[in-house]
Amino acid sequence: MSILVDKNTKLLVQGITGREGGFHTRQMLAAGTNIVGGVTPGKGGEWFDPGDGRKQIPVFDTVKEAVAHTGANASVIFVPARFAADAIYEAADAGLPLVVCITEGIPVLDMIQVRAYLANKPTRLIGPNCPGLITPGQAKVGIIPASIVSDAGDRKVGVVSKSGTLTYEVVYALTQRGIGQSTCVGIGGDPINGTNFIDVLQMFEEDPETEQVVLIGEIGGNAEEKAAAFIAQHMTKKVTAFIAGRTAPPGRRMGHAGAIVEGKSGTAESKVAALREAGVQVADHPDQIVEMIAG
Amino acid sequence: MNLHEYQAKRLFAEHGVPIPRGDVATSPAEAREIARELGGRVVVKAQVLTGGRGKAGGVKLASNPDEAEALATQILGMNIKGLTVRKVLIDEQAPGIKQEIYLSVLIDRERGLPMVMTSAAGGVDIEEVAEKTPEKIFREHIEPMLGVRRYQTNGLASQLGLPRELWGDFYKIVSGLYRCFVANDASLTEINPLVITGEGKLLALDGKMSVDDNALFRQARLAEMRDVDEETPAEREARLNGLNFIQLDGNIGCMVNGAGLAMATMDIIKLFGGEPANFLDIGGGAKSEQVATALRLILSDPKVKAVLFNIFGGITRGDEVARGIVEALEQVQTDVPMVVRLVGTNAEEGMAILADANMETAVTLSDAAKKAVAAAKGK
Repeated sequence: MSILVDKNTKLLVQGITGREGGFHTRQMLAAGTNIVGGVTPGKGGEWFDPGDGRKQIPVFDTVKEAVAHTGANASVIFVPARFAADAIYEAADAGLPLVVCITEGIPVLDMIQVRAYLANKPTRLIGPNCPGLITPGQAKVGIIPASIVSDAGDRKVGVVSKSGTLTYEVVYALTQRGIGQSTCVGIGGDPINGTNFIDVLQMFEEDPETEQVVLIGEIGGNAEEKAAAFIAQHMTKKVTAFIAGRTAPPGRRMGHAGAIVEGKSGTAESKVAALREAGVQVADHPDQIVEMIAG
Repeated sequence: MNLHEYQAKRLFAEHGVPIPRGDVATSPAEAREIARELGGRVVVKAQVLTGGRGKAGGVKLASNPDEAEALATQILGMNIKGLTVRKVLIDEQAPGIKQEIYLSVLIDRERGLPMVMTSAAGGVDIEEVAEKTPEKIFREHIEPMLGVRRYQTNGLASQLGLPRELWGDFYKIVSGLYRCFVANDASLTEINPLVITGEGKLLALDGKMSVDDNALFRQARLAEMRDVDEETPAEREARLNGLNFIQLDGNIGCMVNGAGLAMATMDIIKLFGGEPANFLDIGGGAKSEQVATALRLILSDPKVKAVLFNIFGGITRGDEVARGIVEALEQVQTDVPMVVRLVGTNAEEGMAILADANMETAVTLSDAAKKAVAAAKGK
């Protein structure tokens, strides 16, 4: 078991003929992902050649056509920010249950409309501005390097994070210590996203393969505080957390559009305190997470 | 990106929000001329991108053009929280002030919706009001498909205790402020205070506006309004080179790929007794030229006593980063000690390139941070 993606994932890549889309399509294939098609408007009928003697992948003009021909049940989006909202609408309109948007830099007002639209659809959106997710040995949807994850062991750690490379840092350390992961999910660092900590925590709680959970948050908003309240009430599994940005100055955006301390809200102190109160062990630095889990 | 008061108010006015007559001056003579045209009784306001201008003496009343000129002489060139005043706004004084109201449109991240926030306790720091007397703040979420509805502003006006004859104007102002928010991809449009004048009319005396940087590609007019004075020269060069760079007060320069990891690296430096000199995210897939620029920017800060490189290669390649470091070191002579940690894609190739560069290396993040802190202390 795992959450969200596994061997049954049949993936479409929106933007497969682009530089990023093409590069990561090859990486996802190498990680064992079943990619059934690509979508690039205006290039329908072409074929994407992954090289390495792998089977060519059909390219379609629209997601609807691609779903009709391939039976895809998920898509990953690699299109530029100004077209990304359209790509999400299209994937949801085609009825895909899972859409993962890697694209960074989507305007917030676009995401407000996307969220309002998705509220009445069965589609789950992960991201945007996220590294995607990976179930080691089964499916990688996004850009998390497959080389750093591990499916060792029967009872594994589920990882949920707002960050990209910070997640890699933690996952790599877990793998080095022989601790396998059920699924690693990057929910993204934007102020408005499709899936939040609580959604993923709930799934990990219900997943029999996940034994413990690592939560990696950062300054800005109050998603970590909300997660803490949820953990206190609903989680039986052990959760270990880390919050980045304890030294961030107020009023400055720390790279991610959502990572900002505004006045007294969004501070690391508030998040750490809320998590500790909920019984979560909070690491002072990333290396400590692994010690806490192993210990 | 933040806009100046005069820029924000002009944009509000385009959407029907009433603002005082006024104009911007960059010299005392100009200030005098504007004051004369406005009839003499004006307010001279420093235009800098920070709060607390009033407390710093950057906002003063003048009763004639001579006074306006004298005040402008005083305020232009003034330093407010590290920013030099280069422009003053000369506004006509409001004809008396009966009441001050706070009004803003912003994004509620939790609900994923724009929200109108208002309070009868206007004219003061709203954060303080929110903390001490949260019951004095009223909120309405706005459905993007509907926009601001009259019943919503009626409800707010009633809670504020606004005189009924102003409810119609209040609706126009709130909906105008919201339309301005949407049309300009703002993350905040704020009027503080919105006053009821001696003549019983609503008037936006002050304005504040932040724009979503991610939307500047479709807001060309706003992109041109950026005030480069709000950035340090290093921050400006970083932005133009696609780097995320924020200067801080410490002495350990950091270069990291990824925003979360960059923050975590700053945090761990502090945890082990050091102080970060900057936040720097070189992004995913950085090329050697960008890395070289980034290192030059870090070293341009004379406070920097050590540099820590923490690169977790995924899309970013260790060898590319290493080449950039070598490139920069050919251009800049420095004896600042450096600690480098490369993990992931092409890390070994990268370390081989750096073998001759006389740098300290580290395997774990903790190890790297401890070494950088020691190096900065001259150990």
